[in-house]
Amino acid sequence: MAKRIDVTDLDVFYGSFKAVEGVTFSVEPRSVTALIGPSGCGKSTVLRTLNRMHEVIPGAYAEGTVLLDGEDIYGADIDPVNVRRTIGMVFQRPNPFPTMSIKENVLAGLKLDGKKRPKSELEGIVEKSLRGANLWEEVKDRLDRPGAGLSGGQQQRLCIARAIAVEPQVLLMDEPCSALDPISTLAIEDLIEELKERFTIVIVTHNMQQAARVSETTAFFNLAGVGKPGKLVEIASTEMMFSNPTQQATEDYISGRFG
Amino acid sequence: MADLTRREHDESEALLHEALAGGHLPRWSALGVAAASVAVAFLLNLTTGVDGVAGTAVVAMLVFLVGQTAWSFVVEGRRHAIDRLATTFVYATFVIAVVPLIAVLGTVVVKGAEVISVEFLTTSMRYATPTSEGGGIYHALIGTLEQVGIAALFGVPLGILTAIYLVEYAPSMRTRRLAHSISFFVDVMTGVPSVVVGLFVYTAFVLTLGLERSGIAASIALTILMLPVVVRSTEEMLRIVPRELREASYALGIPKWRTILKIVLPTAMSGIITGAMLAIARVAGETAPLLLTTFISQSINTNPFKGPQAALPTFIWDQFTNGTDVSVNRAWGAALVLIVLVMVLYATAKLISRFTGVKSS
Ligand SMILES: Nc1ncnc2c1ncn2[C@@H]1O[C@H](COP(=O)(O)OP(=O)(O)OP(=O)(O)O)[C@@H](O)[C@H]1O
Ligand SMILES: [Mg+2]
Repeated sequence: MAKRIDVTDLDVFYGSFKAVEGVTFSVEPRSVTALIGPSGCGKSTVLRTLNRMHEVIPGAYAEGTVLLDGEDIYGADIDPVNVRRTIGMVFQRPNPFPTMSIKENVLAGLKLDGKKRPKSELEGIVEKSLRGANLWEEVKDRLDRPGAGLSGGQQQRLCIARAIAVEPQVLLMDEPCSALDPISTLAIEDLIEELKERFTIVIVTHNMQQAARVSETTAFFNLAGVGKPGKLVEIASTEMMFSNPTQQATEDYISGRFG
Repeated sequence: MADLTRREHDESEALLHEALAGGHLPRWSALGVAAASVAVAFLLNLTTGVDGVAGTAVVAMLVFLVGQTAWSFVVEGRRHAIDRLATTFVYATFVIAVVPLIAVLGTVVVKGAEVISVEFLTTSMRYATPTSEGGGIYHALIGTLEQVGIAALFGVPLGILTAIYLVEYAPSMRTRRLAHSISFFVDVMTGVPSVVVGLFVYTAFVLTLGLERSGIAASIALTILMLPVVVRSTEEMLRIVPRELREASYALGIPKWRTILKIVLPTAMSGIITGAMLAIARVAGETAPLLLTTFISQSINTNPFKGPQAALPTFIWDQFTNGTDVSVNRAWGAALVLIVLVMVLYATAKLISRFTGVKSS
């Protein structure tokens, strides 16, 4: 069950530094939204506020509202741990747990939530998640080997498998391909194409072609200047953004004339 | 014309080769220079005031350094000469560092092995005198195992929890002041001499609180000595666990305490165990605080809560101060047992950490 996200007037601070200002946008369920923009404009910051991951950084806080299907995820009685179960995240660098095997990595989120599940169910989830991440065929014979022994691209798909194993409704991806070769990148893009049938996906990318290939909607962020907070310049359908952006800055960025 | 260019070409190739290859000392140069230096030192020993084994060795060393560097400088050039000089220093420091270690170990093993027997390990000093044969370390072994065991039981968890607080909780809470002062005290505690800790336990627990001079008093002192080492080493280990791993765990909806327990600690486990074992090994050899807190005993006392208890370090000290041959031999025997004990601890730690830590592929 994918869900929609509505962000309204979001400001994000790291201590006294305002990193992002006045961001408002919506993400449709079962779609891919790409966040693009120059380095340091706050894409990762905005992405992290969508599942309250910024809160693990000391001093970081957000103002504004983020609604998940109408429910305010910053509400007073909302548990950030539950928010993160519903809104999963994949990071720029593959980060499998080094103490765990491939299988244990996939099941980490389920094993460590404190609920007991029958073994047969877990086995099923391992296969389903690894198939979902297009990794099953490559690792099915070595599920008990360390996850850190896989190639970078495989590790990243393992991390995706780990993220989808807990059945989130939204998947956030922060430059998931930037540490990968073109083949692995394609594998992950194909995967995103499949995943959007089930999940709402928000992806940060520096790769214009990638944004054009995988997303329905593109949001362009920019910095007003050094030390100033990042802002959302424009958000529209990817087709519109790449063919006919309304803002000059967007056009400059997309055509590579800046940033 | 063609010949000329070919010759020129060959010549330039030879030049290039020389430029790339450079001069070389023969393979045997190090050994050769070493042999020559020893010979020179020996000659100087015979002819001049250079005297004794140590003096001759130092002279040989100096001759070696100067000789090899000079030869290399002439043949190979400055960079290689410096390289050889530095290499020599590195090897020399290595030897200087290792020789005493091996000498200590060797002496203890040789002298201790003569004394160790089943009787030595299973009897106390109850019926032995400084001059009589027989007697053993059973009472001291029990004492050390109990005192160090109890200290580890308190010290290791306390130290690990303190480190977890300092690394995982303090930065995100409004208690940074507290964390800083804890950190500071841990540093200070590392430097406090063990005899002072013994005195502290004696005044605070024995004199003020009326605790008996006993194994447990010794354990308290050892715990205090152990704590800063465990805290520091655990802290270091936790700090090198990448933030990304914690974030990956949080992003899966795993709560913080479970992240620490199931992700961070296992990742750092092998280092934490090694640190804890080193701390235990360190306090296992403490003598001064034991003298102040449980004193010396010649008979078996299995109850750490009542009455003086022997321990291996105090046994060694006691026997050594007796001064008789039999006693000094007993001291060597006890020293060997203490070292073996520490080595067993260390081996166990390595074994445990191999099975708990990061999986290598
Ligand atoms: N942990 C942090 N502490 C303090 N400031 C931070 C932190 N993380 C990011 N910032 C600041 O917030 C601003 C936005 O950073 P952010 O990481 O969101 O940029 P980004 O758009 O993701 O850049 P990139 O494309 O390079 O990843 C930057 O000015 C950055 O220096
Ligand atoms: Mg980023």
